[in-house]
Amino acid sequence: MSRRLLVLACGLIYLFLMLPLLVVFPISLSSAPYMQFPPPGFSWQWYERYLDDPQWIDATWRSLYIGVSTAALALALGVPLAFSLVRAKFFGRVLVERLALAPVIVPTIILSVAVYGIFAKLKLIGAWYGLVLAHTVLALPFVVLVMVAGLRDFDRALEQAAEGLGASRWRTLTRITLPLLRPSLVSAGLLAFISSFDEVVVALFLAGANMTLPKKMFDNILMEIDPTIAAVSVIQILLVSLVLILIGRFGRGLSGSAR
Amino acid sequence: MTKKGFLPALPALVLLFAFFLFPVVRMLGFSLEGGSLDWYAKALGEELYLRVFWNTFEIALLVTFFCLLLGYPLGFLMATTTPLWATVGFIFVLLPLWTSVLVRTYAWMVLLGRNGVFNRTLIDAGIISDPIPLLHNFTGVMIGMVHVLLPYMVLPVYGAVRRLDPAIVAAAEGLGASSWRIFWRIYLPLTLNGIFAGAVIVFVLSLGFFITPALLGGGRVIMIAVLIEQQVRETLNWPFAAALSAVLLAATFAVYALAQRFTRTEPAA
Repeated sequence: MSRRLLVLACGLIYLFLMLPLLVVFPISLSSAPYMQFPPPGFSWQWYERYLDDPQWIDATWRSLYIGVSTAALALALGVPLAFSLVRAKFFGRVLVERLALAPVIVPTIILSVAVYGIFAKLKLIGAWYGLVLAHTVLALPFVVLVMVAGLRDFDRALEQAAEGLGASRWRTLTRITLPLLRPSLVSAGLLAFISSFDEVVVALFLAGANMTLPKKMFDNILMEIDPTIAAVSVIQILLVSLVLILIGRFGRGLSGSAR
Repeated sequence: MTKKGFLPALPALVLLFAFFLFPVVRMLGFSLEGGSLDWYAKALGEELYLRVFWNTFEIALLVTFFCLLLGYPLGFLMATTTPLWATVGFIFVLLPLWTSVLVRTYAWMVLLGRNGVFNRTLIDAGIISDPIPLLHNFTGVMIGMVHVLLPYMVLPVYGAVRRLDPAIVAAAEGLGASSWRIFWRIYLPLTLNGIFAGAVIVFVLSLGFFITPALLGGGRVIMIAVLIEQQVRETLNWPFAAALSAVLLAATFAVYALAQRFTRTEPAA
């Protein structure tokens, strides 16, 4: 009896969680010239408007390559860092770990304003690689968390076997260690990508006139509620679903990666 | 590997120093401009700004309360159901978690606006005659924030319930305890760690929230992050923004440090 009550309550809570994701689908396909619910008819006009607007397409491409670069840089820096944290003992190890995870705790507005101050001096406002650097700071905790978890579960006997059979350090790393860690690497990389692709606050300060997709959306929401945003939202939700499917298929434990 | 083991960490540390630690410390330094604490006196002394701090704390507390209220049943159900349903449950929690905050904020505007889905439906059904104000106010900010932060509560609760030894529950059942009694006497006390971990994360993240109050608050709900942004972008008052940031950061760390003293060293899974 009480179990049934629990299931019922949870059904409502799931509805609360999913409702905002579901509601944008019908609106994005509406034939009305402005936000209207339920939609009076069906049309692709908002998708066409998105695809025909060079500003939206520009912003989408920029967000995509900033996201990919962020994921690449976060992996390049975060994976070696995770190796150090798990396998080496050095003075200040705990401090280094805290510093690497701190960007999750420190409010993003503080990071944004602080980096904005530096970038304004360096004339880096509007530079795409400036955003990549700031986004990498934010993505690093995800990479470190996922990789540290992956390395803790790693069976080091396999490496010892390879080295015992005469493989060099490098060969062991590239042929044994990294391939076995691939699920963690996939999850870490995809989470880093999504964290950058969806990021607004830093972009608001650092992107300047070069809009990223979230910044363009933020500006549009402030100005007017145009159903084009619904079409963009649907595309974003589908992209995130795809990434989550990829993580589920090729990555390592979704629940662990979301901590 | 002991000495050289530090080297792989170095590139990441350089990045963290150059684009995180240094900029933040440098900016916080602005707050002490002229070697006085005047900007702090303004931030913590003037009633207008004190009220913003108070608002922020109040909202963070309420958001934490509602996340707990909604998150505990969800995490509990996911941890005690069949693997298939647990997977479905995870998808429904993780999909919103990883969907852009902007998409979700926009969706709430569509749902809660004057001519939004809720008000339209209620008016068409004849339940109300005038739209209920759900947007650009406290209610809107609360709904939006709870939605964004709920997954951060669900996941630690799920972890805590999963870690609990099922034999204890089986023993209680065998001894004839009712399901309510099992919940109050076994599940709740033994999962307090997870509850606490989730509550701390939600509270700390709430304190620094910017996008949701900025868009759903409609300028009527000023949280501290919104105030900092205004000081930097509109009034260009860096020293004051720095002082506000320092107070926000101190509050964040204080909550965190306090929480760590109360929990065992076991990391919040």
